[in-house]
Amino acid sequence: MKRFAPLMALLVLVLSACGREDLSALNPQGPVAQEQRDLMLISILIMSIVVVSVFAISIYVLIKFRRRKGDNSIPKQVEGSHKLEVIWTVIPIILLVVLAVPTLKSVFSLAKDYTEDPEALQVIVTAHQYWWEFEYPELGIKTAQELVIPTGKTISIQAKTADVIHSFWIPSLAGKTDTNPDGNVNKMYFSAPKAGVYQGKCAELCGPSHGLMDFKVKAVEPSSFERWQIAMLDTVQLPSDSEIASAFESQCLTCHAVGDYGGGAFPNLTGIGSRESVAGILINVEEGEIEYKHEDTVYNNLYKWIKDPEAVKPGNHMTGAYQLTDEEVAGIAEYLSNLTLDFE
Amino acid sequence: MAHAHAHAVKRRTGIMDWLTTVDHKKIGIMYLLAGGFFFLIGGLEAILIRLQLMYPQSEVVSAQFYNELITMHGTTMIFLAAMPIIFGFMNAIIPLQIGARDVAYPFVNALGFWTFFFGGLLLNISFIAGTVPDAGWTMYAPLSGTTYTEHHGTDYYVIGLQISGIGTLIGGINFLVTIINMRAPGMTFMRMPMFTWASFITSALILFAFPALTVGLAALMFDRIFSGNFFNPSAGGNVVLWEHIFWIFGHPEVYILILPAFGIISEVVSTFSRKRLFGYSSMVFATVLIGFLGFMVWAHHMFTTGLGAIANALFSIATMLIAVPTGIKIFNWLFTMWGGSIRFTVANMFAVGFVPTFVMGGVTGVMLAVAPADYQYHDTYFVVAHFHYVIVGGLVMGIFAGMHYWWPKMFGRMLSEKLGIWTFWMFYIGFHLTFFVQHFLGLLGMPRRIWQYLDGMGLNNLNFISTIGALMMGVGTIMFLINVVITMRKPKNLSNDPWEDGRTLEWTIPSPAPEYNFAQTPLVRGYDAWWHEKMEGNTKMTPVEPIGPIHMPSPSILPFFMAVGLFIAGFGFMYSKPADWGTTGLIIGAAGLLITFGCMALRSWFDDHGFHIEEEEILKDQGVKA
Repeated sequence: MKRFAPLMALLVLVLSACGREDLSALNPQGPVAQEQRDLMLISILIMSIVVVSVFAISIYVLIKFRRRKGDNSIPKQVEGSHKLEVIWTVIPIILLVVLAVPTLKSVFSLAKDYTEDPEALQVIVTAHQYWWEFEYPELGIKTAQELVIPTGKTISIQAKTADVIHSFWIPSLAGKTDTNPDGNVNKMYFSAPKAGVYQGKCAELCGPSHGLMDFKVKAVEPSSFERWQIAMLDTVQLPSDSEIASAFESQCLTCHAVGDYGGGAFPNLTGIGSRESVAGILINVEEGEIEYKHEDTVYNNLYKWIKDPEAVKPGNHMTGAYQLTDEEVAGIAEYLSNLTLDFE
Repeated sequence: MAHAHAHAVKRRTGIMDWLTTVDHKKIGIMYLLAGGFFFLIGGLEAILIRLQLMYPQSEVVSAQFYNELITMHGTTMIFLAAMPIIFGFMNAIIPLQIGARDVAYPFVNALGFWTFFFGGLLLNISFIAGTVPDAGWTMYAPLSGTTYTEHHGTDYYVIGLQISGIGTLIGGINFLVTIINMRAPGMTFMRMPMFTWASFITSALILFAFPALTVGLAALMFDRIFSGNFFNPSAGGNVVLWEHIFWIFGHPEVYILILPAFGIISEVVSTFSRKRLFGYSSMVFATVLIGFLGFMVWAHHMFTTGLGAIANALFSIATMLIAVPTGIKIFNWLFTMWGGSIRFTVANMFAVGFVPTFVMGGVTGVMLAVAPADYQYHDTYFVVAHFHYVIVGGLVMGIFAGMHYWWPKMFGRMLSEKLGIWTFWMFYIGFHLTFFVQHFLGLLGMPRRIWQYLDGMGLNNLNFISTIGALMMGVGTIMFLINVVITMRKPKNLSNDPWEDGRTLEWTIPSPAPEYNFAQTPLVRGYDAWWHEKMEGNTKMTPVEPIGPIHMPSPSILPFFMAVGLFIAGFGFMYSKPADWGTTGLIIGAAGLLITFGCMALRSWFDDHGFHIEEEEILKDQGVKA
């Protein structure tokens, strides 16, 4: 592979020019995605040999051997050529062997099981229509939509689903793995050396809102991660306004949890005010920085979502599950937007 | 065909002729018509998909309708457009290429067409019923099961495809038997034209692959209609099982589709290079090998399912191997042209355009075979780009090449070359615009089957370009349709060999071929039988028999009604749950089955000996044509 190094370097340059750092598989931000991107480059290089030679022969043949006007000659009827046929059988086989060796190496290295590794951070990913649940079994923490991880540490994922098949994918950190039902748990691992927010996607058709089933991976310094753990386990205050509090308890906490309150079947809302997004798809930005349709302030996003979830994510399970007046929606959105964690 | 001569069987005219025909040429035309019709529906769905994705976060269609569109687009294009059009060509051409007067089982042939047609119709009636299949053409469980799809969408898919699958399976068997048994004297296996060879292998693949689909669909039907639990995890079923069954069928299906296109390209390139196909025997060998390997690679659709490192490693290597025989074919086509005298008819432009396009689809196929990289590619637009390069850039280009090439033989009229050139460039450029950029969309992080993508993700421009390309492909298709309409008004006045460089037996008989194809069965004296005779200075084939009465199968309306019966039965049973029509549904279902079984009984109890076309009529035909 050494002799391809300059070519590879050139390709890296060209490819990294395209694609967002937090989203593109061509612009990897972690070792797993890096390994996968390198395999892509090797295969692109090998395959470009094939493409270039076929294109070159095609163009030559089409120009050289086109029929001239009035040409009625009969070309020589060639049956074939053993020599040529051996050449274009053997050369592809050699090219494939060159490709197969790193492929096999990588298949086995990426299948490494870190679930028993004390050095790795264990995370159980459970996919739902249309949200992601992240459980840290060693830390006793459950959260949703945003996977917070410490930089540099290997994250060991056990992926499963609560309903249909989804697929867990963070393009700039690691390739995807399907989430299967019924105890059929898939394992994978990845790590993020650099702090930052990375985009996660569902990659298996799972219903109308499949394309909206985004999540975020937030990589923070190990010290911040420790503060996050503590903050997540801290006690949470219910809304101070008693009417809002009772609406929140009777309408929201039947499904959701904050801190020690509420049920666990649907996304845990602890620290939702600090998350990058509401419902995974409405991106929270500061006022005045709103650029796109899906961006707004935390409060506005929460209000929009609670007011009419169907308009944000068609077919979701929250629609129609509660009854709130506009004042209650506003109060709950206000409360949740202030439900922040100080850890960064 | 107003002949004074008395026949034992009345020849029908008009619509009844088409409903009762067992003539492979007419059935071929019906396959092309019906397949073309479904191709337009599938194309319209594709345009709607692209319009929705033209801009970020747009709401041209709803999320639910979008999923219905992608599901029906895939299902329609594969099962109701591509397969039938291929069967159309096989019907229209293979008996002519092997010097036969019909297929082995003409009655079964008609039955195959009608079951396909009514199965497809049932599937599309779901749009009228308002419950459309929406779990993707792969219909992965448990999303497709009753828990997560409460409406009848999946039922339409399961039963519609089951009925049309009957047609495909019996069609495949029919062509296996036809090609094995009905070749003219002297046409050994290694003298068969490449299209016939490719169709032969495709038929064998159908024979082995379609039963897997049949079983899968039956199991899913039990799950849905009779509360079975094959794919219900909460009752001990297994959803990965569906993935295996589907892809054990689904991967060979890819080769079922592409091999006949390979065959068409081989014929067209060879004819218009005025040169024998380079490396014929290695072409045959490569085709057989592709068919064989096609059954060993299904799990590469499931690299992210979690089968484990050993399975992924093995299926990676097996998949890469397919590149070798495919490469052999590519270089054989190039070297067929090498040293030839290439004429750029529209048919040949499509064929020549096919070669580099298909290579691009092929190399991304090898890239996808690299399992760890596939963890990134899988279920993204990279995959969408790949399989459209193979299926549109490969198969559809092959279909267009075949249309322009064999149109004179099927209809006795030549498609306009001028309009054809426009069709080609519009479609070809549109195709590359649509799908080339999709490779990058996938790598930049756009999953497939998504209703909306967010603004500001760097995906806007490429999606816009892709939609423009799709519209161009639409315009190209409309140009082809206009060409067909214009051509239909031209007089039928073509010679036997209108391209003048014809090499195979279909170019030795009138265009269009008479009902009996060959007045006298020809003697085949070499590969490229007609070219062989031409090179020896002969103006016609040597017959192996004197002109005499020809025995023909009788037309019959029974195949039509058998398929109608299945259609009614499927419809009834679908709605037979107590929540729907209950017993009424069961009665309708039973009545449908009664029609089908009744027709089968009629067919079994009353012998039909066919009829003869007399010598006089044949001589008269020849007098007119010669």
